[in-house]
Amino acid sequence: MAPSDYQDKMSLISISRLSKIYQSGEVEVKALDDVSFEIKKGEFVAIMGPSGSGKSTLMHILGLLDRPTSGKYLLEDMDTSKFSDEELAKIRNQKIGFVFQFFNLLPRTNALRNVMVPMVYGGVKPQQREKRARQLLEAVGLGERIYHTSSQLSGGEQQRVAIARALAMNPAIILADEPTGNIATNQAQEIMRIFQKLNKEGHTIILITHELDIAEYAKRIIQLRDGKIIKDEINGKQREIPNSKHQIPIRRLADKIQISKFKTF
Amino acid sequence: MDFGLGILDFLKFMEFKELISESLITFKANKVRTGLAALGIVIGIASVIALLSLGQASQRLIENQIEALGSNLLTIMPGRITQGGIRGMIGGATTLTKEDAQAIADSSKVTTVKTVSPEYSRNAQVTAGKNNTNTQIYGVTPAYFSVRKVDIEKGVAISQRDVETMAKVAVLGPQVVSDLFGEGANPIGETVRINKIAFKVIGVTKSKGGTGFFSQDDRIFIPLTTAQKTVFGVDHLSTIAVETASKELMTETQNQIGYLLLERHRLSDPTAADFQIMSQEDILSTATQVTQTFTYLLAGIAAISLLVGGIGIMNIMLVTVTERTREIGLRKALGATKKIITTQFLTEAVIITFFGGILGILLGVGIFGILAKTMSLPFVISPSAILLAFSVSVAVGVLFGWYPAQKAAKLEPIEALRYE
Repeated sequence: MAPSDYQDKMSLISISRLSKIYQSGEVEVKALDDVSFEIKKGEFVAIMGPSGSGKSTLMHILGLLDRPTSGKYLLEDMDTSKFSDEELAKIRNQKIGFVFQFFNLLPRTNALRNVMVPMVYGGVKPQQREKRARQLLEAVGLGERIYHTSSQLSGGEQQRVAIARALAMNPAIILADEPTGNIATNQAQEIMRIFQKLNKEGHTIILITHELDIAEYAKRIIQLRDGKIIKDEINGKQREIPNSKHQIPIRRLADKIQISKFKTF
Repeated sequence: MDFGLGILDFLKFMEFKELISESLITFKANKVRTGLAALGIVIGIASVIALLSLGQASQRLIENQIEALGSNLLTIMPGRITQGGIRGMIGGATTLTKEDAQAIADSSKVTTVKTVSPEYSRNAQVTAGKNNTNTQIYGVTPAYFSVRKVDIEKGVAISQRDVETMAKVAVLGPQVVSDLFGEGANPIGETVRINKIAFKVIGVTKSKGGTGFFSQDDRIFIPLTTAQKTVFGVDHLSTIAVETASKELMTETQNQIGYLLLERHRLSDPTAADFQIMSQEDILSTATQVTQTFTYLLAGIAAISLLVGGIGIMNIMLVTVTERTREIGLRKALGATKKIITTQFLTEAVIITFFGGILGILLGVGIFGILAKTMSLPFVISPSAILLAFSVSVAVGVLFGWYPAQKAAKLEPIEALRYE
């Protein structure tokens, strides 16, 4: 992707001056310190950093599981700070697909049912959701194992179920938190190839990892340390890191119109 | 308070089937725990059902017995007498006489009476050979047997002639026969001594069943005149039983007799009446009130066990919520709202109490069935008791599932996902 091309693409995530401060007793811990960046539709971004760098906090905020202490997070030009808990749940359901390090499949529940869970919450009709769940499981190569429960599947297989589940509502973003952290190397490569394939099909993927060889599957790598971005490069080419003096322009006009879409919930 | 609507909204798109099958998956994994939680409800509902039914059955039994005495029956009893401003005790008046009974039967002012039975009864010691008993002695006329619906099993009843001649003859109740002569013995022609006066046994009444106050089997019937003059030395009556021509004429008869007796006793103020007239309905309602109070008391005690069962449910649900914190976090991440999480855990609690309730009803009916059989009570199950038990068990689920469900719904998704 040429840089000029990049500017034209639609902004999916736009974060400006984001901070997250944890209060532990008298001490303030800055998990995220004035972070700003933008992710466009169709990107494959790896967020890298050692433990304690704030990457998990960032991922939770991007996934709308947590709210920032200060700063702005626009998702598809909607100001997420204005959403109620109910609206956030709705957006998580429709816009974000999660893939966790520990798979987090429902125990004693077969793969098919696991993939159907987001569709149940999203109000998809029973026949439709079963059909889609089957298709997704086939797409991740588990067509033969749809009735296996998580305890009957290997780590790699469980993670593939989780990916199918993340895709269930056809979300705008797939957020993967150390998706290969708990599976064998050869299976990890398989998982990463699935992510690459999904990205080629147009899915926006944000990957959190501390392993460079995993991060290298992505087109863009953002490096965090002590809650700050220290490096942001596309295909090995470093981008300018925006700071407080250099903000990304925020489009607010569409806010209200977009929110109204969720009021029916 | 949009919560009620919220649940409906949710049920609309997340079908009941989905919720129930998800709950069943959880129960399957925790069979023992779920079973024990349900057991509390089973025991609670079973005891409520068994005790309610038991109370209702005893009530029905008493009703049956009172009704067996005849439904067109008015009972006139002496009331309190007030002399010189001193109020006597109820039933203490001795102003009810044979002449009153005669007047009720003959007066042109009382038109609706079919039969009148003047009675005098008192307890006395009775002996027959070496055996003795203490029982109710009833001085009666032949009218007694038709008015009170007492049938003769063996021998004959008291006749008009017996009354006129002050004959020393006695008709025994079956209970008295077995007390004095042994079960199944034939006492006709034998002698019994009432207050040391010898009576010849001429008949035995048919058993009417029942126990205690309402039993008609533990009685001895002798001619009214003999009872008043020879045995007890009194002039008054203890009751006058009146059979009306029909059930519809009860109130009218009651009024006619009331005015007649007031006039005969020279009383102008009805509130000063030295007698009271009770219909079977009055007696029935008094008895019903007593048993009903008793029934509710029993059911109240049983309800406490239901409360304890409910607390058990809450306890289990709280443990479940804590155990499944990660799952709750995941569900929230996947788009479950607070309403959805609340509904899910409420459904689980209600399913436990729902099935606990069904089992409890079955168990309660079973226990009552055994009790009814051993206590020879009528086996009546009231649908209202079942319906009540059923709705109570569901309500217990909602009530005690509410707090744990709220606790689950309020978990922050991030905290829940981090929880180990």
